[in-house]
Amino acid sequence: MSAPRKAAGVLPAAIAVFRRELLAEWRTRVAVNSLFLFAFAVLVLVAYAVGPTRLSPEDRPTVNAVLLWIVLFFSAMTGLSRTFVHEEDAGTAAALRLSAPPSGVLLGKLLANMALLGAVTAFIVPLFVVLMGFEIRDPPLFVLLLLLGTFGLASASTFTAALVSKASAKGALFAVLAIPLLLPPLVGAVLATRVAATEADFSAGIDFARLLVAYDGVVTTAAFMLFDAVWRE
Amino acid sequence: MRVVRGLGFTVKALLGLGMAAICWAAFLWARPAQNFVGESSRIVFFHVPMAWVSTLAFFIAAWHSAVYLRKRRIENDDAAAGAARLGFVFCVLATVTGSIFARVMWNSYWNWDPRETSIVLLLLVYGAYLGLRGALEDPERRATLSAAYALVAVVTVPFLTFAVPRMYQSLHPDTVLNVRGRVEMSADIRTVFFSSMVAFMILFFWMWNLDRRVSRIVRERAAA
Repeated sequence: MSAPRKAAGVLPAAIAVFRRELLAEWRTRVAVNSLFLFAFAVLVLVAYAVGPTRLSPEDRPTVNAVLLWIVLFFSAMTGLSRTFVHEEDAGTAAALRLSAPPSGVLLGKLLANMALLGAVTAFIVPLFVVLMGFEIRDPPLFVLLLLLGTFGLASASTFTAALVSKASAKGALFAVLAIPLLLPPLVGAVLATRVAATEADFSAGIDFARLLVAYDGVVTTAAFMLFDAVWRE
Repeated sequence: MRVVRGLGFTVKALLGLGMAAICWAAFLWARPAQNFVGESSRIVFFHVPMAWVSTLAFFIAAWHSAVYLRKRRIENDDAAAGAARLGFVFCVLATVTGSIFARVMWNSYWNWDPRETSIVLLLLVYGAYLGLRGALEDPERRATLSAAYALVAVVTVPFLTFAVPRMYQSLHPDTVLNVRGRVEMSADIRTVFFSSMVAFMILFFWMWNLDRRVSRIVRERAAA
């Protein structure tokens, strides 16, 4: 009796975990603070040192695309591991293991991390565009890339966070494990952002968008298939 | 047991002689290929088998990781870890030899050709996998978590090795399995090349076998 009931409970469990994550985050604001402050500090540094005028017009799309994704990537690296690490630190992982099916836990935490990273992206990208004088010729493609890119970032780092929470030297290991997984989508996202900045034609960057969709789908599927083993360990 | 031991000795002796013969043939017998600077094409006899073995080792590690997660036998973890350790060494060698070739052929040690990018990704994956193993004390937990990581990593590798390079021009010479579906090598080069591929694979499996036996002894001694 209990097995089918648990299977049916994935979505409600995910929503409960998601709400719990947001509530817990709202009470302490540790991850939000580290993500926003890190992203903002790097942006200030970059805008001060590079700014809109130091780059020649032909360098601007490439350099701005790289800098934007560096800001987003390292912001993700500073805050997103907390979702699983704090469960182990606070000793609440066992209770969560008993009360929700593994896929529900992963889905809830993935959604929470996506909301967090999405909020940072929504905050930092307009500032970046203004402060760096980053002209986007194709805004719809740019927004699509940001959505797909942050989804990939959140999904690979949520899974990596689950691995890292059981290891020693969590902080250093998190970036080490996440970088190889995130290099393909980041390379694709940077190249595609350059295309979005230089060409007004939506179809010019559609191959990259396809690549990102494929990556996001594959990594998220693999994460859900493997999470069971990681979570029970 | 005696038959097996005798067979093992024969294979090892043949491997030693074969490797010596391949080194001789690679430098003295095969003629340099056309459209390459000087004698630089000879590196194909060593560089490509190393790159191939390092890729193969990664898929073997992933395979044993998957089997470990299903069957929970620690031997599969030994096998995956051993394949990853050796794959890492071969990956470093393939990167270095490739970089030397790039210097001779294109006058630059490194220029982020898609193939160079993909081998760096493989190096990073190996490094991360071995780093994760180093950070986990408990053997079963180490086995489970590193297996999960290897399997997530194996699904992301094709994106940089197959998808992104296809979207760009590559300077890298055509791969052996090229789009035309033919092996385009002269007969002497082909002979040495495929012998070298086989020899490197036997070398890998032999070293892998030794590594697994060492892991088992270390584990049994720790338990005793």
